[in-house]
Amino acid sequence: MTKISETKYPNFKANRSNFPEMENGKPVIDLDSHKFTKLWQGPQHPGVTGNMSVEITINGDEIVHAKTHVGYLHRGFEKLLERRKYIQGFTIVCRICVPEPDTNEYCYSTAVEELAGIQIPDKASWLRTLNLEMSRIASFLMWIGGQAGSLGMGVIGQWTVGMRDFWLDLFEEMTGGRIYHMYIIPGGVRKDLPDGFVTRTRDLVDRTRELLFEIKKSFLDNIITKSRLVGLGIITPDMIDEYGIVGPTAKASGKEYDVRMNNPYLKYPELDLKMITLTGGDAFTRAEIRYQEMHQSLDIITQILDKMPTEGDIQTKLTNVINWKIPAGETYVKAESTRGEHGFYVVADGSKYPRRVYNRGASYTHAISVLEKLAVNTSISDLAGLMVSLHTCPPEIER
Amino acid sequence: MSLRDIISPFSVWKRAAQKPWTIADPIKDRPGADNYRGFHKNDLAKCIGCGTCENICQNAAIDMVPVEGQETNMGDSGLRPRIDYGRCCWCALCVDVCPTGSLTMSNEYTWISEDADDFRFIPGADKKGWDNAEKGYKRDENFQLIDFERIPMKELGVEERSTSFIEMVKGYSKEQAIAEAERCLECGICVARCPAHMDIPEYIKAIREDDIKSAVQILYKTNPFSASCGRICTHRCEEICSLAHNGEPIAIRWLKRYILDQVTPEELTNILEDTIQSNNKKVAVIGAGPGGLSTAYYLRLLGYEITVFESNAKGGGMLRYGIPEYRLPYDQLDKDIDYITSLGIKIKYNTKISSKSEFNAIYNSHDALFISPGLWNSIPVNIIGEELPNVISGIDLLNKVTNNEEIKLGKKVAVIGGGNTAMDAARTAKRLGAEVEIYYRRRIEDMPADVEEIEEAQDEQVKFLPQTTPLELKKNGSKIKFLWGKNKMESEEGKRPKPVLIKGKTYETDIDTFIIAIGQNTDLSFLPNEIRDKIETKWNKIVVNEIGQTSVEKIFSGGDSSNNVADAVSAIADGHNAAMGIDKYLNKQEEI
Repeated sequence: MTKISETKYPNFKANRSNFPEMENGKPVIDLDSHKFTKLWQGPQHPGVTGNMSVEITINGDEIVHAKTHVGYLHRGFEKLLERRKYIQGFTIVCRICVPEPDTNEYCYSTAVEELAGIQIPDKASWLRTLNLEMSRIASFLMWIGGQAGSLGMGVIGQWTVGMRDFWLDLFEEMTGGRIYHMYIIPGGVRKDLPDGFVTRTRDLVDRTRELLFEIKKSFLDNIITKSRLVGLGIITPDMIDEYGIVGPTAKASGKEYDVRMNNPYLKYPELDLKMITLTGGDAFTRAEIRYQEMHQSLDIITQILDKMPTEGDIQTKLTNVINWKIPAGETYVKAESTRGEHGFYVVADGSKYPRRVYNRGASYTHAISVLEKLAVNTSISDLAGLMVSLHTCPPEIER
Repeated sequence: MSLRDIISPFSVWKRAAQKPWTIADPIKDRPGADNYRGFHKNDLAKCIGCGTCENICQNAAIDMVPVEGQETNMGDSGLRPRIDYGRCCWCALCVDVCPTGSLTMSNEYTWISEDADDFRFIPGADKKGWDNAEKGYKRDENFQLIDFERIPMKELGVEERSTSFIEMVKGYSKEQAIAEAERCLECGICVARCPAHMDIPEYIKAIREDDIKSAVQILYKTNPFSASCGRICTHRCEEICSLAHNGEPIAIRWLKRYILDQVTPEELTNILEDTIQSNNKKVAVIGAGPGGLSTAYYLRLLGYEITVFESNAKGGGMLRYGIPEYRLPYDQLDKDIDYITSLGIKIKYNTKISSKSEFNAIYNSHDALFISPGLWNSIPVNIIGEELPNVISGIDLLNKVTNNEEIKLGKKVAVIGGGNTAMDAARTAKRLGAEVEIYYRRRIEDMPADVEEIEEAQDEQVKFLPQTTPLELKKNGSKIKFLWGKNKMESEEGKRPKPVLIKGKTYETDIDTFIIAIGQNTDLSFLPNEIRDKIETKWNKIVVNEIGQTSVEKIFSGGDSSNNVADAVSAIADGHNAAMGIDKYLNKQEEI
């Protein structure tokens, strides 16, 4: 196993021992030697995001081997979608990720539109962009709660999840639902904004910014956070392409990759947004990246509210959706979720039902390969913080 | 790490003095948003039980179930959606696709019950607290997941069509037909409304799949006159189409026409593959109209030997002699009839049964008879001057046009009546070059004619004079002086408004021809007296039982002379029904 250079990453603290001993490229773990203990973290562990578990082998409090286990919430989305009409699909895909369902809706709907050759109206495109950015805020707020909670700072989570609820209130007004919005539908969006929505959103943007400054003071500029997260789970730049790391996790290691800027979609080309990257590569840098991205999202929301037209169609008229057939073809649509590149690969075979719908979420690599690697040689007490710092969403792994 | 990192976290204490964000009584203080997707509401009076909600629900949370007090009728299945909230995912697709707009959602999201079964109920029928909630998710006007707009049908321009007998409706192309077929919600409400109970959703589905062969086979199961019906059917099915509540109904009739337009007579024979195994029983059919020939067709399929007696030179009855060529070209009617006769059905044309012995010979030599003499006697208006030479009946006019007889209508024509015959007569007169006025005693909206016939007649510059009563005809040289009065509508409770003549003022119009089209009745004079006396009639219609049998055991009847609707598809339905009835009667089966 390659050791991370201590000169380049002076804060790196995982090089604590020589465990595990390696033989033919594999760790030597002899459980009968009584040097090791096997433990299951999850699936009911509060530090685990969603129903996933990590099987760890420890020596003292040091993790020498980690293996991710999934299968606790397999709902078979991809298979379900093969037996659903195209229009029914949008009510299912949102369930793939609870904290951030809209990216799924956007990718699925856009894939269907591409295959069917539908252009959506300008207003619908603005509303989708707004919806996606609001969804990023809601998802990041939830993540801060998890990250702080994993370090024992429960109160931060109370603030952010409370603030997230105000964003859910806005979602409720906009879409009719708090968690599963089912708003971005093939052809456009379902509803125009209600009266007074823009004012209330601007107000909430300000309140959220205020909260973020408080979080900066209490959570990021906090000696406990720093001592726990700095140097934890360092991702080196060469790991990024090797493991397929994306999103803020990659940006924290200096990778300039964001789908919103590299492959602009919806109204992002018309908005002013800059790539945010840092080079620390550890859990604390990832937290900082996400903190800055939240400010960026709030800024984008303000820009959208300024630029969005008030009038306009919200939907391209579809044919009768009950008999809607889509010509044979395949497409891959991607978007930037809070966890990174999120994509849908849809194959149509000319019938009323999709032949194949495949969902690629960032969590697959982050929670399996990357986590298993980064967990080795860390302390058992840091595992939860490490896992949250990768921002995993287990339902994405089990579609 | 710095000193700031140690001090700054203490800022959290600032929050200790703040009020909590939690709302003490969220249900009261913060109800669901204006378009919240909460528990469903259903306007039972608006709902037609089409089941589109059940069809779209991807969780199978909706079942269509009978509701106490909700009667099944034409255009309403009598079923209502029951929603299982253990399965519902609150996606509101059911609301988005509801063609009548009866299904909506309230903004109510909390409800407690100890019994899990309570969470499966019929919105609207099982009273709930949120039934009158104003807020909640509704489909926006400009948001559509089903297609309310019909594919337009290409027609001849008004000028072109009002001077010629060329078929005015051009028919759908393949792309148009498939696009129109795609609009269908497959609810099947239309099947019950169609007198012949044609399997409309199935043949529309066959069009969608471009499977003309299956489509033709489906049509012929219940209707051997599909080429004709595809043009002139009264299409009651379209009136109750679930899409008609908020948009335009599926063009069911034109789609049926499209199917038959795609096949040549030879292909028809190959597609249907009807094989006949004779059972040596003989049935006579009197009248080769749609009723008589349908009976003949379905009996022939069962192996009966059929002889049809027809007084005219060609078959088709009212379809040929009562409907103008611009609506039903004769070659299309011939296509239907030729296929029926190709199965070995003998038709004796120009055979009017005029004597007792002729009838008795037929009666005695056949195992059963089906009589469908049609409605050929025009009902008189009973005014002075009706016997004048320039007075003819609408049905006579149409008959003469079909037979290519010479007709002199003159310049100005008055048509009396408001039914389809009146419209056909008026539009035919228009095509023959006359200036036409239609006199009807009630209002235009009371006219029994099809709305589209009325509209088309208006487009063709036929003048409508509603609420008028003809009073007298006076000879005025070669012309007629037509005296008429105006009516006022008097409403009576529970009845439709009655026209009452306004006395004192009489109007005069100089006309060349006076056409009477206020109705027709049946001529049963071909029946010998002893049989005619035995056959029960009511309001001049032959009374039949549910299998089409008259009060004379061996005689069955159907078509215009026995049903009150008096349209082609009802005659076809009667014919099919009587064929099954005759088979049952002759085989003395308990069940058909």
